[in-house]
Amino acid sequence: MSELKRTPLYDLHLELGAKMVPFAGYEMPVQYPLGVMKEHLHTRAKAGLFDVSHMGQVIVPGEGAAEAFEALVPVSLMGLKEGRQRYAMFTDENGGILDDLMVANRGDHLFVVVNAACKEDDIAHMRAHLESVEELTDRALLALQGPAAEGVLEALVPGTAKMRFMDVGVYHWNGTELWISRSGYTGEDGYEISVPADRAVEFARKLLADEAVEPIGLGARDSLRLEAGLCLYGHDIDTTTTPVEGNIAWAIQKVRRKGGEREGGFPGADRILSELENGPSRLRLGLRPEGRAPMREGVEIFAEAEGGDPIGRVTSGGFGPSIEAPMAMAYLPAGTEEGTTVYGEVRGKRLPAKVVPMPFRPATYKR
Amino acid sequence: MKFTEDHEWLKTEGDVVIVGITEHASEQLGDVVFVELPDVGDTVEKGDEICVIESVKAASDILAPLGGEIVEINEDLADNPGLVNEDPLGKAWFFKMKLADASALDGFMDEAAYKDFIG
Repeated sequence: MSELKRTPLYDLHLELGAKMVPFAGYEMPVQYPLGVMKEHLHTRAKAGLFDVSHMGQVIVPGEGAAEAFEALVPVSLMGLKEGRQRYAMFTDENGGILDDLMVANRGDHLFVVVNAACKEDDIAHMRAHLESVEELTDRALLALQGPAAEGVLEALVPGTAKMRFMDVGVYHWNGTELWISRSGYTGEDGYEISVPADRAVEFARKLLADEAVEPIGLGARDSLRLEAGLCLYGHDIDTTTTPVEGNIAWAIQKVRRKGGEREGGFPGADRILSELENGPSRLRLGLRPEGRAPMREGVEIFAEAEGGDPIGRVTSGGFGPSIEAPMAMAYLPAGTEEGTTVYGEVRGKRLPAKVVPMPFRPATYKR
Repeated sequence: MKFTEDHEWLKTEGDVVIVGITEHASEQLGDVVFVELPDVGDTVEKGDEICVIESVKAASDILAPLGGEIVEINEDLADNPGLVNEDPLGKAWFFKMKLADASALDGFMDEAAYKDFIG
């Protein structure tokens, strides 16, 4: 096994009492002494600080970057204004998803953030299709999420409170350039902040010095994103699911769809455009188990309480500390209506669950 | 009180044994959100998976420490699984059982031996 990598905040995590686990080739904090449940609730009540430096940060330079990048994603990037960010996904020839990512227009270049587990493949994929691709290995990435995030960051970095959801900008803090976006992975208002690696600990300490801020591990990051109905790559979406099946087709703008000005022109367009027109055969939907027993990844879903073949499978599931109930995402036949009762087989017993809209908890973005 | 290598505690009360999980186990599990208990009247063999504890992180089993009959279960855990974190050695007992062979208890660790065991 290859050696696990560490982020610039590794020593700080240990100092804060984190329990470290291997994740996507990195040693990452899964929880701090507060514990998953309280970390989750603290983020929703005040503000949580997450180290997401394991994620890939990439610059694609050049005026023509947006146009060239559109060959890799079904998203309109030429329509993305300077200072704005969009959710996108790399697709393959079959319409499957290679990774999901964030792309920001920063004027003379695109700034791209990709998942840690996929970053090497993503960078190779981009290099194969784009003239110039620069991976940044000298910057950490922090996320500050929750209702108190705005006040905490504004006090340190004036001007950031004015940003709207999915705005990006360059700000200055003590002579250091911060690249900030108003976004995140929790369903809360908040920011993601790219900071030079050699100033990351100092900046994180400044944020943690505010009594509203607690460090949050990967455990709560997962329950927060699940309540927000957000996909986890490799679980809820992967190369076997298309963006339409994955229920993230909202990210595909009209201009890239059938009859649009820049229709298609991305890998797997035939299948994806056809599914947008005619509907997919299955869809990622939300489930609320009726009892307290969580339905976790891999649980098979049946239409009936007894007999029959499975109609789907849970891709992510757990307990939602804010909704105080179990929740899950599953691929089910398209046309399964909200309110339908289905049955998840947990330890040999079929337990009822209702098909519900996502997010499980409404987002609080500052639009 | 006696302890098992599966981090359960056993307390004798008359001719029944009360079973719960240790503080160490409850800390390792994290916040407990769901507990599934056996039925009263179940006859169990040593090593049977008779309870499920789901925490925010994962599901774990509780094994029957010995053979016998389940005579009472702690219904409070169904409504308030968080008791397992708050009071693992007290209010969060899981079930009471009548042992098939009461002398089998002697083989388990006492508190000092269990503390050594978990280091």
